[in-house]
Amino acid sequence: MSILVHEKTRVLVQGITGDFGGRHAKLSLDYGTQVVAGVTPGKGGQVFEHAGHKVPIFDTVAEAKRQTGAEVSAIFVPPPFAADAILECVDADLDLAIAITEGIPVRDMIAAKRAMQGRRTRLIGPNCPGIVTPGRGDKSHGGCRIGIAPGYIHKRGRVGVVSRSGTLTYEAVWQLTSKGHGQSTCVGIGGDPVNGTSHLDVIRMFNEDPETEAIILIGEIGGNAEVEAARWIKEHCRKPVAGFIAGATAPAGRRMGHAGAVIGGAEDTAAAKIRIFQECGIEVAKTPSDMADALLRVWKP
Amino acid sequence: MNIHEYQAKALLEQFGVAVPKGVAVKAASEFEAALAKLDGAGGYMVKSQIHAGGRGKGTFTNGFKGGVKFSATKEKALENANAMLGNTLVTAQTGAEGRKVQALYFTEAANLGKRPDGRDDEYYLAILLDRATSRPVIVASTEGGVEIEQVAHDTPERITKVQVDPAVGLQPYQARQVAFALGFKGELFKQCVTLVTKLYRFFWEKDCAMVEINPLLVTKEGRLLALDAKVSFDDNALFRHPDVVALRDLAEEDPKEIEASKFGLSYIALDGSIACLVNGAGLAMSTMDIIQHFGGKPANFLDVGGGASKEQVTAAFKIILGDPNVKGILVNIFGGIMDCDIIAQGIVAAARETGLDLPLVVRLEGNNVAAGKATLAASGLKLVAGDSMADAARKIVALVGKA
Repeated sequence: MSILVHEKTRVLVQGITGDFGGRHAKLSLDYGTQVVAGVTPGKGGQVFEHAGHKVPIFDTVAEAKRQTGAEVSAIFVPPPFAADAILECVDADLDLAIAITEGIPVRDMIAAKRAMQGRRTRLIGPNCPGIVTPGRGDKSHGGCRIGIAPGYIHKRGRVGVVSRSGTLTYEAVWQLTSKGHGQSTCVGIGGDPVNGTSHLDVIRMFNEDPETEAIILIGEIGGNAEVEAARWIKEHCRKPVAGFIAGATAPAGRRMGHAGAVIGGAEDTAAAKIRIFQECGIEVAKTPSDMADALLRVWKP
Repeated sequence: MNIHEYQAKALLEQFGVAVPKGVAVKAASEFEAALAKLDGAGGYMVKSQIHAGGRGKGTFTNGFKGGVKFSATKEKALENANAMLGNTLVTAQTGAEGRKVQALYFTEAANLGKRPDGRDDEYYLAILLDRATSRPVIVASTEGGVEIEQVAHDTPERITKVQVDPAVGLQPYQARQVAFALGFKGELFKQCVTLVTKLYRFFWEKDCAMVEINPLLVTKEGRLLALDAKVSFDDNALFRHPDVVALRDLAEEDPKEIEASKFGLSYIALDGSIACLVNGAGLAMSTMDIIQHFGGKPANFLDVGGGASKEQVTAAFKIILGDPNVKGILVNIFGGIMDCDIIAQGIVAAARETGLDLPLVVRLEGNNVAAGKATLAASGLKLVAGDSMADAARKIVALVGKA
């Protein structure tokens, strides 16, 4: 198993006719992901072609789901329209909406998240690298890659990875793969202050997933999502967890690239989070180069 | 995006929030005319306009104390204004270099009401995002005019928080909750309910990141007045508020950060000697961390985004080299999708174009990395290759020397 998505997950791409969405739809097709539909309002009936694949484009998410059985959407829609794209997925009762878009107004996300309450659809992101469940082929080909992560750095295996950041996730994944350890699923939850899925949500799923044996939890300064996850891990998690917190050298009050990465209080500094990780039995990586090794100190595969 | 106090108050006034009457000035020649517009019977306030807090307790580099001054007479107001405008104010939030005061705000001094214990009758009111619930939250306290963090630490029971459901917006009972919590009665209670309602509408309609009124004041005449106001906006939403964008004061921003943003770079200057150039915000933060871990001190945060094109790397090198404290550069690129060889060619071209002669350590990882490393090695540049983040950080610290 894996979490959230697997090799057979049927994916649609909102914004497939844009540069960004199109480029990554092609990379997902190359990786062997089941990209079955594109959605661009006004371009229904066109076809997205790549290397022998013919992906039909629809005007609406509901139509794309009805015609192709797509269950998950990858959202590459520009920021002013992205919250609307998310809500269209909710209305169509998709399982999962994965919003890659960076720069969505906070107010739009506050309203969208409220409108999602009690609905079937789960949101990952926004401002995230997406999800990868590696495949079993060469360089993990045949997996489900939704978003912008490089597929080939992965390897199918037993470590779950959850992080806000893209390249820092790739760093952790690459360390694991280079040491011969694969991943069950890698989830980038995004760097925005209002997001759909928290560290804790993903940790709970990894805890229940029989294929996942160990977890890497990557966090950063700002907010208390990592602390919430750590306290839950201490009480409930049956699997070894290694953690890393980025931003030890970040000055207070300055936003470090991610909209959510700003130190506002005493509890959301890197030092405070690292201390709480340690108190909760999470093996803390001393440097970002130490993430896989930290996990291997507490997990004997 | 931040704005000045005088701009914030003008916006709040548009939404019906009562503020002391005031006039902003940018040149000494405007002082007399500005003061003539105000009723100085109760005296004037002269307030330095910079994007940093702690102005009242700040000190100018010319020795003058206080960036916010009560002035009983017009002559005193002129004297204070002349000591402030054009000079550099250092506060707890500006850093040691301080901030040049390029605008002043003259206001009529409010007639402060007193509490039975003799203290000024001051309150705190703010609206911001509560990250834990993803909803706007109103924060109110009977303790105004002081740091709210201090109140939260010492007397948390004096802070009230009211979450607003974005599906229906602020409800009247919630505005009443705030007014009750602040202990208002009669006419002041009604004024407070109206104020909270208007402030919330402002926060929501203008896509604010935060609105903070501290202190909110009761005058001797029984009026609620926003004595100081701090407003910041969600950068992501500026596209729908051209009126807000027009208030941006570039003089309050680091010119290097402005230059960086033109190339899609996110740059923040720090005070160390090892510059870094990284793709991705999380990796960029951790690169700063690992430099410090091995005994160096990062000179900046610099995220080139997902790409790292030759143009971006060149622009980044130029910005980095504009910082005289920089003694060496660490480039850390995880080229997931991009071809590392193309990134390497960009680094080489940028180093040549900028005539880079500082120690340079490059750590490349990812797609086609062997070709990228070969390109770097064949370039003839004096650069050092790092195999991992740790290896690269150790090498640049060794080349530059420990902080």
